[in-house]
Amino acid sequence: MIRLNNLLLKIFFIVFVTAIGNSSYSDEGKIELIKNDWSFKGIFGTFDRTSLQRGYQVYQEVCSGCHSIQHLSYRNLSEKGGPEFTLDEAKAIAEQFEITDGPNDEGEMFTRSRRLSDKFASPFPNVQAATIANGGAYPPDMSVLVKARKGGADYIYSLLLGYEEPPAGYELDEGIYYNKYMPGQKIMMSKPLFEGSVEYSDGAQATEEQLAKDVTTFLVWAAEPHLEASHKMGFKVFLYLIILLTLVYLSKQKVWSRLDLKEDSNQKEETFDKVERAATEYEGEDPKTFR
Amino acid sequence: MSNEIKSKRRDFLFTATYTIGAVGVGAAIWPLVDQMNPDSSVKALSTTEVDVSSVEPGKTITVLWRGKPIFIRRRTKSEIDEAAAVNLKDLKDPEKDSDRAKNPEWLVMVGVCTHLGCVPLGDRGDYKAWFCPCHGSHYDISGRIRKGPAPTNLEIPKYEFVDSKTIKIG
Amino acid sequence: MSEDKYVPESKLAQWFDNRLPLLTLSHHLRGYPTPKNLNYWWTFGGILTFFLIVQIVTGIILAMHYVAHVDLAFNSIEHIMRNVNYGWLIRYVHANGSSMFFLAVYIHIFRGLYYGSHKSPREMIWITGLIIYLLMMATAFMGYTLPWGQMSFWAATVVSNLFGAIPLIGENITAWLWGGYSLDNPTLNRFYSLHYLFPFLIFALVILHIWALHVPGNNNPIGIDVKKNSKETMPFHPYMVMKDLLAMLVFILIFFGFVFYAPNFLGHPDNYIPANPLVTPEHIVPEWYLLPFYAILRAIPSKLGGVIFMFASIFILILLPWLDSSKVRSAAFRPLYKKFYWVLVAMVILLGYLGAKPPEGIYVILARVATTYYFIHFLIILPVLGRYEKTDPLPTSISDPVLDEPSIIDKFKKTAGEYEGEKVDTFK
Repeated sequence: MIRLNNLLLKIFFIVFVTAIGNSSYSDEGKIELIKNDWSFKGIFGTFDRTSLQRGYQVYQEVCSGCHSIQHLSYRNLSEKGGPEFTLDEAKAIAEQFEITDGPNDEGEMFTRSRRLSDKFASPFPNVQAATIANGGAYPPDMSVLVKARKGGADYIYSLLLGYEEPPAGYELDEGIYYNKYMPGQKIMMSKPLFEGSVEYSDGAQATEEQLAKDVTTFLVWAAEPHLEASHKMGFKVFLYLIILLTLVYLSKQKVWSRLDLKEDSNQKEETFDKVERAATEYEGEDPKTFR
Repeated sequence: MSNEIKSKRRDFLFTATYTIGAVGVGAAIWPLVDQMNPDSSVKALSTTEVDVSSVEPGKTITVLWRGKPIFIRRRTKSEIDEAAAVNLKDLKDPEKDSDRAKNPEWLVMVGVCTHLGCVPLGDRGDYKAWFCPCHGSHYDISGRIRKGPAPTNLEIPKYEFVDSKTIKIG
Repeated sequence: MSEDKYVPESKLAQWFDNRLPLLTLSHHLRGYPTPKNLNYWWTFGGILTFFLIVQIVTGIILAMHYVAHVDLAFNSIEHIMRNVNYGWLIRYVHANGSSMFFLAVYIHIFRGLYYGSHKSPREMIWITGLIIYLLMMATAFMGYTLPWGQMSFWAATVVSNLFGAIPLIGENITAWLWGGYSLDNPTLNRFYSLHYLFPFLIFALVILHIWALHVPGNNNPIGIDVKKNSKETMPFHPYMVMKDLLAMLVFILIFFGFVFYAPNFLGHPDNYIPANPLVTPEHIVPEWYLLPFYAILRAIPSKLGGVIFMFASIFILILLPWLDSSKVRSAAFRPLYKKFYWVLVAMVILLGYLGAKPPEGIYVILARVATTYYFIHFLIILPVLGRYEKTDPLPTSISDPVLDEPSIIDKFKKTAGEYEGEKVDTFK
């Protein structure tokens, strides 16, 4: 009975703690995010390469006008676990952009085209320039944006599709838009994705949902380039640990079986006999506790 | 079951557990060691492309590759002839010039003295090529050690001409 | 110590051991008489030692790549995650390892509270443990600042501002901590230095903690004294080594579940935003393991009061061995204490939950209730229970029949039924 109570309490404890972990940090009315069956979710999740390549195209043609993604390098585009462009494709992408390098032997700075080893070009030289060019709102760098928002991929996806007419009588200042999923519902980014915004190089249909899905997938990879490697390694580690755990468990049982447990049960019998004798031989009045 | 068989079974279990455990420990240690190996951003810089279109014959430029100086000399006809004419028996580290410069007009070498690592000075020394001031090593117009304490010729890195104007080193 | 002198086998080993008795120490540890009846709640000491080593090793490695400068810190961690070989793995192990470390320490502490491991003669184990816990909290707090994300910056700003509440010298102390007028580069650098240092202080204290333990020996679930080197104990190796290993592996399984499949679940998304001194996040929260203290801090209406109560919540624990005056150690034989124990557990979990909520409305009220209970539990309830609680009778030895077993109870009942005496009050 006590054991059951303990067990129930422990289960309750675990459930409670998990619930806390899942609870939102704010108390505003919770908006249900649009769910999607992402290929990278779940323990065996992987990235859809073509989606990543299309997502890169969306980033490049739509988002990169305002959003930097400064922790990505062009070589990442050809590395394993990502869009996996060929080395030449990635090199060609890099060469479209310039970078200031130097000083050279004459002491001057010069521009050259970017290489695989260079980082992605940013639309603005610094945060302040980006902010002032966008009406006082800084378009966040996208390198880890998916990890920086509660709801992750679902949130980004929902936000991209979440522009709608504000409810009747809702006050909106100039340059501010209504988005259902933005905390506070006011966002300074105008709707970025429309059907046909991008002409996909693989010929896929560029619906709003497709654009949002592809760019979100790209951003998830940008934030977690080693996700696939992590899942693969995790699986191997788990398999290994289960095997090792079984072996250690059996070893532990084997070791503990060396104990003379018979002696323990003999001792129990002995003690019981003593008490029994004392109980039957007792001729007194009020035996409170038998020791 | 006899005690002996029991004990054999018992030992097998423990041996198996130790072995599997050791495999796990080894696998766990590998990332801790490998993290000190060159990371991918360093490896990305392991090749450098150099534009040599502006290098005149008889001139040497120095570029940085993997943190080290690389001498790229566009040799004149007479320099090439001089390098080819050297008797291998006179060399401490015998090496044909044609083995060192596939395209004889261009000499590409790691500008680090093979003695103790100083950077030799150009257009200097008894062979009018390179001279290391630290301990007096003289290299010839093929970068081969002729005089002084350095044991071997200046190293030739892996390189190739990706086009007529560009050398990719590494 | 009452142990016989250990003599190693080979002459070389004897030469070595006579000069530096490591082999004697090893022999002592391997053969250490441990009570036979320890349950799995006793494996967490081993788990904690494992995680301390994991954190130190992964931490030292991260230190090879991390740059402690406000302009470079965030980027250096992205460099680790993207470029360093297995950098993502080492970083996630270190970040989640810290959570696991605290989960294990809370289980370890609450095990102690339940079984009376803090009581005489184990007060110094308890106190060294408290110092370790304090150092752990300081280490974790400083470590969390290092990525220089929004939460790093603002949680550190809030906590260091607390010292400003100290009358007269508060402002000076805060400026001294910061090395400036706000949290900035000097602060980051000194937090880095101390974050590297403290785990080694913890390590030293762990040695003292185990040394203090080895004087009286382990407590056990029944809480009665156990004679060392008797039928009631077993050598630590191989029995407890195997048991600890098994428990460690289960815990590691859970740990790796987080590392490989939900590495950011226990963290806060805002820390992936680079620190911005001009923009405060909507809800500043520390990591989950500091939430109960955060709740206590915010429950008290005054700034200084909150700081005092927050620190007091830990410092009264120092007095616990004397506040909990009951002569009976284990809650297994203290029916009333057991109930209050579980209320305490619920209150602490509640405080943790409330620490993540905005300090308004019902949350504040509940936090005040829970804080009040916390202090009443230690300052009033425990001393009163110690005096007046009617405890259950203790067995004479740990090999005694466990009175819970049905077959034993049936036998007793049978004997009781056949008893032709007069009043039998209790016949268990």
